[in-house]
Amino acid sequence: MTLTRTNLLIKASPWLFTIGLFVFWEAVVRIFKIPTFFLPPPSLIAQAFVEFAGPIARNSWITLETTLIGFALAVGFGLLLGLVVGWSRAIYAGLYPLMIGFNAIPKVALVPILVLWFGIGFIPAVLTAFLISFFPIVVNVATGLATIEPELEDVLKALGASKLDIMRKVGIPRTLPYFFGSLKVAITLAFVGSVISESVASNYGIGNLMLQAQAQFQVPLIFAGLVALAVEGIAMYAVMAMLEKRMTGWAQRSGFGQG
Amino acid sequence: MVDQMSAFVSLENVSHAYAGAGSALAVEGLSLDVAEGEFAAVVGPSGCGKSTLMKLATGLQFPQTGTVTVAGERVSHPVKIAGMAFQAPTLLPWRTTLDNLLLPLEIVEPYRREMRRRKGEFAARANNLLGSVGLRDQGGKFPWELSGGMQQRASLCRALIHEPKLLMLDEPFGALDAFTREELWCVIRDLHASRKITVVLVTHDLREAVFLADRIFVMSSRPGRVIVERRVELSRPRDLEVTFTKEFQDIVHELRAHIVKARQ
Repeated sequence: MTLTRTNLLIKASPWLFTIGLFVFWEAVVRIFKIPTFFLPPPSLIAQAFVEFAGPIARNSWITLETTLIGFALAVGFGLLLGLVVGWSRAIYAGLYPLMIGFNAIPKVALVPILVLWFGIGFIPAVLTAFLISFFPIVVNVATGLATIEPELEDVLKALGASKLDIMRKVGIPRTLPYFFGSLKVAITLAFVGSVISESVASNYGIGNLMLQAQAQFQVPLIFAGLVALAVEGIAMYAVMAMLEKRMTGWAQRSGFGQG
Repeated sequence: MVDQMSAFVSLENVSHAYAGAGSALAVEGLSLDVAEGEFAAVVGPSGCGKSTLMKLATGLQFPQTGTVTVAGERVSHPVKIAGMAFQAPTLLPWRTTLDNLLLPLEIVEPYRREMRRRKGEFAARANNLLGSVGLRDQGGKFPWELSGGMQQRASLCRALIHEPKLLMLDEPFGALDAFTREELWCVIRDLHASRKITVVLVTHDLREAVFLADRIFVMSSRPGRVIVERRVELSRPRDLEVTFTKEFQDIVHELRAHIVKARQ
């Protein structure tokens, strides 16, 4: 009886905390009489949501589309590069410093170059999302391949297994939990990339919408844009977490990679 | 002494160093012969190159000098008639125990080619094997649902599924508790007796070596070579009770003295 009640509480807890945050926010703004152009209360943001429902929906969709295309590219390329890097020690050693260097570059600094090559708009945003999100996928896939138990490799090699056999039978399956785990990180980063590029060099998307709202001093609309991004981010994260659970349930049940 | 003609596994004056390990030799002037069907144990201080011996005999490494011969053939490629088991069971957590056992058959010829056609037959063989080590009807479970001892039994089955002529064991029971270990000694003893397979057991447990082996090789510290060869004349089949006899204890003591000397 008490057990189910505790469970119920845990289930309800995320909602309670979220609602609590907004209530607290509303209260702080009202009690301290914070000017709404400085920090609008949630009620005003909700109003902005209703008022600008059309543009918010349209631009959210564009941002989501941009992010997902960039993310899809990152998954494809990241998987491929991860397999290549994890395949051979020499490639790993050669590419590792390059990748670290590339990852160290703030991706916003690449946007001007992308604009130079592709002009303002959709393509630089997709590419920024891609560039910022492929790295964790590469690292995770390569890690999964590089951490095959040497004993198991010996067992299979003694049987005459080729490198391809070992990858197919052991490497790739054991990499899947690492890969699906990295998708949660990558999708979040992809949003960062697309919004950065939209706010610097685009006429569409939530990033651009927020920039325009700022120029027109429509502060509640800026915050409405933020909330829209948060909702999209949470939804995509949830999709990735579900995917991870479905595809690699064995890893969670067996405690794989935790030892 | 086993004469050269009947030796199944033979290392002759073998020296070997790993690439990238400087010039430090792992083994030097290592010679030993194991007869067909014999149970040999190799003991020695840690780091004496016991694992190198495993790799040399299974064709995972080739010696810099000297020759390694298995089943009358000089080793120049992986030895597919060998099965291997290690301290870690290394079963794949995404496969059921039965599918883990079938893994070698998906790799090694001629089974690989026949996998699709004879899958049912192979699965039956795997189930039989599981039964023979006390894991009857456990094939459908995932490895993480099995205890450490059961996982190690399954790992042994995986090493035996392609009916190897040579079984190489590298401290297979090192991670198990004392009672489980003794249980598994009996499993190995019975597998060896029923299959007439040649076994090379690398271990640091002297009681284990004396209980199981026909002959024990004591290795020196690095670079490893054989310093003592001791035949164990205890009659077979051996019961665990034999480990409490004076004859048994004397052999263990004798080996221990050699190893203490080798460590100095």
